[in-house]
Amino acid sequence: MSKYARFALALAVGTGLAMGATGPAKAETPKKGGTLSYIVAAEAPSYDLHKESTFAAVHPIRPFYSLLIRVNPENPQSPTDFQCDICVGEVPKPTDGGKTYTFKIKKGVKFHDGQVMTAHDVVATYNKIAFPPEGVASVRKAFFKMLDSVTAPDDETVVFKLKFATGSFLPVLANPMSPIYSAKDLKEHGYDWHEKNVNGTGAFKFKEAVAGSHVDGVKFEDFHMQGKPYLDGFRALISRKMAIRVQAIRGDRAAIEFRGFPPKQRDDLVKALGKDITVQESDWNCVLLYTPNHGRPIMQDPRVRQALTLAVDRWGGSQHLSRIAIVKTVGGIGFPGHPLSATKAELVPLKGYGTDLKAARAEAKKLLAEAGKSDLKFELMNRGTDQPYKIVGTWLIGQWRQIGLEVTQRVEPTKTFYNELRNTKNFDVSLDFNCQSVVNPLVDTSKFVGSAGNNYANFKGQDQQLEEIYEQMLQAPEEAKQRELMRVMEKRALSDQAHMGVTLWWYKINPHRSYVKGWKIAPSHYLNQSLDQVWLDK
Amino acid sequence: MVTVSEIQTEAQFEEVAPKKPWSQVALELCRKQPLGVFGLAIVFVMIIAAILAELVSPNDPLQEHFDAMLAAPSAEYLLGTDEFGRDILTRLIYGSRTALLVGFVCAIVGATGGLVLGVASAYFGGLFDLILQRILDVFMAFPLIILALAVVATLGPGIENVMIAIILPFVPQCARVVRSNALAIREIPYVDAARALGFSDARIILRHMVPNVMAPYLIMLTTFLGQAILLEASLSFLGLGVQDPTPAWGLMLSNASEFFEGAPWVAVYPGVAISLSVFGFNLFGDSVRDVLDPKMRSR
Repeated sequence: MSKYARFALALAVGTGLAMGATGPAKAETPKKGGTLSYIVAAEAPSYDLHKESTFAAVHPIRPFYSLLIRVNPENPQSPTDFQCDICVGEVPKPTDGGKTYTFKIKKGVKFHDGQVMTAHDVVATYNKIAFPPEGVASVRKAFFKMLDSVTAPDDETVVFKLKFATGSFLPVLANPMSPIYSAKDLKEHGYDWHEKNVNGTGAFKFKEAVAGSHVDGVKFEDFHMQGKPYLDGFRALISRKMAIRVQAIRGDRAAIEFRGFPPKQRDDLVKALGKDITVQESDWNCVLLYTPNHGRPIMQDPRVRQALTLAVDRWGGSQHLSRIAIVKTVGGIGFPGHPLSATKAELVPLKGYGTDLKAARAEAKKLLAEAGKSDLKFELMNRGTDQPYKIVGTWLIGQWRQIGLEVTQRVEPTKTFYNELRNTKNFDVSLDFNCQSVVNPLVDTSKFVGSAGNNYANFKGQDQQLEEIYEQMLQAPEEAKQRELMRVMEKRALSDQAHMGVTLWWYKINPHRSYVKGWKIAPSHYLNQSLDQVWLDK
Repeated sequence: MVTVSEIQTEAQFEEVAPKKPWSQVALELCRKQPLGVFGLAIVFVMIIAAILAELVSPNDPLQEHFDAMLAAPSAEYLLGTDEFGRDILTRLIYGSRTALLVGFVCAIVGATGGLVLGVASAYFGGLFDLILQRILDVFMAFPLIILALAVVATLGPGIENVMIAIILPFVPQCARVVRSNALAIREIPYVDAARALGFSDARIILRHMVPNVMAPYLIMLTTFLGQAILLEASLSFLGLGVQDPTPAWGLMLSNASEFFEGAPWVAVYPGVAISLSVFGFNLFGDSVRDVLDPKMRSR
C-alpha cells in the first residue's frame, strides 16, 4: 500500500470515527424535489471562480458550473479518486512518459444560455487560468507550472502537454475553482464578464442574487448528467454572524453550512436537535497565515519577521483555540499528516515551533532589539469573518504583545479585505490563508513562493533561492526527494526568512439537518459543492 | 446718546438676587429631581471608573488567561471571563472609556455644530436659511442608525469614523431645535436694539442669541450622550466600530453572540453596562430639561 493510499485510508477512518454513531451509510434511493437552503458566512467578492479563492464564492457559484474532472463525490476524502465531469468515461491515463493527457469531451453539453460546449471552451478556460494575458488576474497560475500547452485538435478532444511528468497535474485539473467558461463569452464579453455574470453548464441555473441576502439557483433541465440534479433548486443565504448561522440550522431556516462550525456550536446543535442533526468531521486542507508586507520598511528585516513567528505559541494555541474556533492542528507548509508534510519532530527546530516558549520569546525580543525595533507598532489587517479570522487575529495580537509589540487590528469586509491584500497592498501585516481543495502539497505550497499569484507578502523577485527550491521540488520524480526539498523550502519560508507565518491548520465540523443526503464531507470546504448529487429525505 | 448696556443690567440683577449655598442647591435638586440625581450618580461612577481604570480594575484588560476561558463569575473573576479568558469586569471598566469618549465627543461636537448652524440659520434667515434647512431635511430624512451605517460603510470601520458617523446625524437634529428657539429670540426687541446700536453679527449671535438658546442646546447635548453610546455600541456590535482587543461594550456583546448559550455572563454584563449608562444619561438629560424648561419648571 502506497503512502498516499495509507493517507487516504487514515483520512477515511478518521472521518468515520469522527462521525461516531452514524454508522455505515446505507444505500438509499434519492428522492427528487425540494429546495436546499444553506448558509454562507460571507458574500462573494465576485462570481468569477478563476479569480476568487474564497468559499464565499464557491458555495453559491460552484453549482452553476461543471469541471473537466472532479473529485468523486462518493469518496471526497481521497486525494487520488477523480471522475469525469464533462469528459467521457474514466479519467485518462497519461501517455508520452506521463507528459500528455488526452481527454474526450461529452457531446451535447449545453451552457445555460443554450450554447453547446466543445473542447474549444475547455481550451479557452485553461488558457485563461494557466496563461492569462497581461493584466488578467489568475490566482492559480502557479498551479500550472508543469503545463506546456493545451489544445483542441477537434471539437471533442482536449490535449494537455506537460513540461515534465508529475502526479500533481490531475489534482490541479480537479480544482473546483477551474469551472469551464464559454470561449464565446470570454471572447465577446471579455475576461472580467464572469465577475458579475454567470453562464455555466452546471446542475443549476442562476436565478437571482440579492446583495447581503441570498443567491438562488434553479434546476437546469438540460444538465449533462442524466437524472440529476435531484433538487429543484437551492438558496444560499448569506449571514456573517456565527450565532445567526447556528440558529438558522436550529430553526430549520437552513439545512447546512458547508464551511464548518466550532466544537461549541456543534455541541449546542446536537444537544438541541438530537437525531435531527448529523455531524460530519474532517481534517481541513486550510491554514490560517499571517502575511507581513515586505513592501513596508518595518517588515523588511528578516529579524523582525522571525521575532513575529517566535512570539507565537502554536502548541498552546492549538489546545486552547480549538475549543472556540475552527482551528486545531499545528503544521508547516503542507497539509498535516500527508506523507510529504513535516512531523512534529521536524517542525520543532523551526523558529516559532519550539516547545520552550520562554526561550523563544526571549530570542524574539533580542532579535527586535538587534533590529532596533523593540518598540515596534503596527496594524494587523483582518477579514470581517468571525471564524476563524477575528478569533485568531485577536489571539495573534495577544501573542505579539508578549514580546512588547503594540498591534492594533483593522477589520475589513471581505471585498475590501481582498482588494487591500491583492491590489492596494495597504497593510503592515495581514491575516491570510492558504485553503486548497484536493490535498496536493506539491502544488498547495506554491502559496509560499513570492512569485505565486496568491502570495500577498509582496516579495516577488526578492528570494530566488526559495523559487528554485520550489521548482526542484515540483519536478523531483521521487517522493523522498520531494519530501526532503519540502523541508528545505519550509525552513527557508517559515524560519530563516520568515516570509510568512503559519498559525494553525483548520478542522472541519459540519453539523447538518439529517434530511440532507448525498453530501459527504471532504478535507476542503471547496470540494464536493456541485450539489447535483444532494437530495432531501423529507 | 445711549449709554446703558445690558451687561450692567445683568450685573445689577445678580447683585439683587440672593445666592444660595451650594449644599442647599444640591439638596433641593435631590428632592425635586431624584431620578436626575440618580442618573447623574450613574454617570459620575462611570466617569470615575473611566478615569481611574488602571487603579480600580482587578486585571489587565488585554491579558488572556487560557486556563480560565469562559470561566463563570467567581471570587477571582467577579463577572467571569470571555472566550480568551480576559476578565469581563476589567474590560467593562476600560470599555467605559470608549463609551464616554465617543459619547462626549459626539454629543459636544454634534450639538455645538447644530447650535452654530441653528442660530446662524435663524439670525440670517432668507435664502441662507432656506437652503440650509433643506440640506438638513435631507439628513433628517434618514433614521439615525441607517445614516450612521451608511457613513461607516463609506469611510470604513474604526473609532474615528464611528464618531463622524454619529456626529453627522446629530448636527441637523440639534440645529432644527435651536433654530426654532433662535427664531423667537431674533424678534425680541433687545436684538433689534443691539442691531440698532451697530453691533456686529458675530457679537449679536454670540452675546445675545446663543446664551438664550443654551437651554435647548444643553437638553439636546445630554440626550445625545446616551444616544451616542448606544449608537457606538450598535456599530461595534455590527463589527463596524472599535476592534478587538480594544475593550468596548458593543464589541464585547458582539463577540459574546457565539458563546452566550453556554456562558451567558459574556453577554449579560456588557448588555447591562450599555443599558445602565444610557439609562443614566437619559435620566440626567430629562432632569436637565425639566430644570431648564420654564414650562416644566412651573409644574
